[in-house]
Amino acid sequence: MDWEPVIGLEIHAQLLTRSKIFSAASTAFGAEPNVNACPIDLGYPGMLPVLNREVVRMAVMFGLAVDAEIAPRSVFARKNYFYPDLPKGYQISQYELPIVGPGRLTISLEDGHEKVIGITRAHLEEDAGKSLHEAFDGSTGIDLNRAGVPLLEIVSEPDLRSAREAGAYMKAIHTLVRYLGICDGNMQEGSLRCDANVSLRPRGSRSFGTRTEIKNVNSFHFIEQAIDYEIARQADLLESGGTVVQETRLYDPERHETRSMRAKEEANDYRYFPDPDLLPVELDAAFINAIRATLPELPRARRERLQTQYGLSAYDAGVLTAERELADYYEAVVESLGGEAKLSANWVMGELAAALNREGLTIGTSRISAPGLAGLLRQIIDGLISGKLAKEVFEAMWAGEGEADAVIKKRGLRQISDPEALVRVIDEVIAANPSQVAQYKAGKEKLFGYFVGQVMKQTRGRANPAEVNRLLKQRLPPPGG
Amino acid sequence: MAFDIVALKHLGRLARIGLDETDCAALGGELGPILALVDQLREADVEGVVPMAHPLALAQRMRPDEVTEKPDRDRLQRNAPQVRDGLYLVPRVINGA
Repeated sequence: MDWEPVIGLEIHAQLLTRSKIFSAASTAFGAEPNVNACPIDLGYPGMLPVLNREVVRMAVMFGLAVDAEIAPRSVFARKNYFYPDLPKGYQISQYELPIVGPGRLTISLEDGHEKVIGITRAHLEEDAGKSLHEAFDGSTGIDLNRAGVPLLEIVSEPDLRSAREAGAYMKAIHTLVRYLGICDGNMQEGSLRCDANVSLRPRGSRSFGTRTEIKNVNSFHFIEQAIDYEIARQADLLESGGTVVQETRLYDPERHETRSMRAKEEANDYRYFPDPDLLPVELDAAFINAIRATLPELPRARRERLQTQYGLSAYDAGVLTAERELADYYEAVVESLGGEAKLSANWVMGELAAALNREGLTIGTSRISAPGLAGLLRQIIDGLISGKLAKEVFEAMWAGEGEADAVIKKRGLRQISDPEALVRVIDEVIAANPSQVAQYKAGKEKLFGYFVGQVMKQTRGRANPAEVNRLLKQRLPPPGG
Repeated sequence: MAFDIVALKHLGRLARIGLDETDCAALGGELGPILALVDQLREADVEGVVPMAHPLALAQRMRPDEVTEKPDRDRLQRNAPQVRDGLYLVPRVINGA
């Protein structure tokens, strides 16, 4: 049978605040165990949560960026379950009245098509601590530094139809939260985590099959692999007359498979109820509009603008806007050159991206600044240096030898365009290669390239190639021409 | 509405309290009248009434995003039965119980 996958994602984005959602303890990553766990995070008796305004601002900002309804009144609820990394015995979350209501996000697929993915809701909650099962014989170690770190859980509609679409959606969320500056998107550190709900139904059917939930997948690559595995597993099960059990499954990237973790507890087992320690969050239009006024240009709008304003291809615009800092860098280069959008794009996506990649750097830590790169490109545009030698200059700049003009001067790389100087070299080449000249004159036209090459060699690549061609044609008119 | 024993045991498990048959019989009797009261509440006409999330008619106040808590791990861990390398130690747990 032809099965249609139905996929929805729940993405947990850790909000980029200094302090926790309900306490004034630090959210710094990588601290020694439990030094950032204060009495509120530890669930000490009598402690009361106090809401961090920045967390609310960030959630509203996300909601506005996905055209969602912002709830004028939202409520925190207790989600009750027992686990040692949850000291209070409940997680403070939002249930019936989340801060962000229905919205949508447009994703770009590899084939160039766009698809609108519904966002059901996004709600605020606190993270739990971390359990370390391996290190201690017969015991589990608990680190509660992460307890109380603010999370925005972004729940999509079951609008995704393949692992590829799910990957594209996750990337779009990743790009968006980084543009907004509300999450660092660092997946290795768990700043962005994803659970995927996957089910199959006969193509054409309107109803949904039984779904499984794949937990805590922390890379774009793994989310696609895990979903592909789960689609194949469910299809095999259904084809052989079996049924899918509603359960939580863990993805094992080493074995490329998902494994059953536990039967999913029914929603009402969590016994959600409004947290009596927290009052409803009420947001007025002034608060929301003030945040709306600070929204940056969003990734999709910027991509489209780069295409229309600079004439870039959809691909180039997509690469350059994947990170806000990269797009800022690119536009700074173009601005200081007063144009040359394509040349700038080629260098930013070519030499610069390769150099960053080679050293594991981000655009923010690039060894060459946007004005620095623009200075180099200016030399190319003005014909003072060839594109080939510009790469050598780029490497020297990268190694810290200074700005483009200084490197060019120091290394004597300035392009030779002076006809007199070039004619001198050309005449030397002609004089030194009598037999080739004779062959050329006898009709072996291909030797023209040989002479160009000799001139370039004599000038160590500095001769202006267009000038060399023009002058050579004067000195050695085409045979028979 | 009577409380059946399966539902009671389920609640006992969620609340992590051990309930045996005797407990269940006694609790079933006590919970019956409480549920009857809830049933009575259900009969009230609440059409158009906004669900109450808090008894106080106030909105949540918010604090600035500032770190004012200082690390105080040693003192806070003094009442933990077992700690090692700064971690709280608990009986081994694997993937929920």
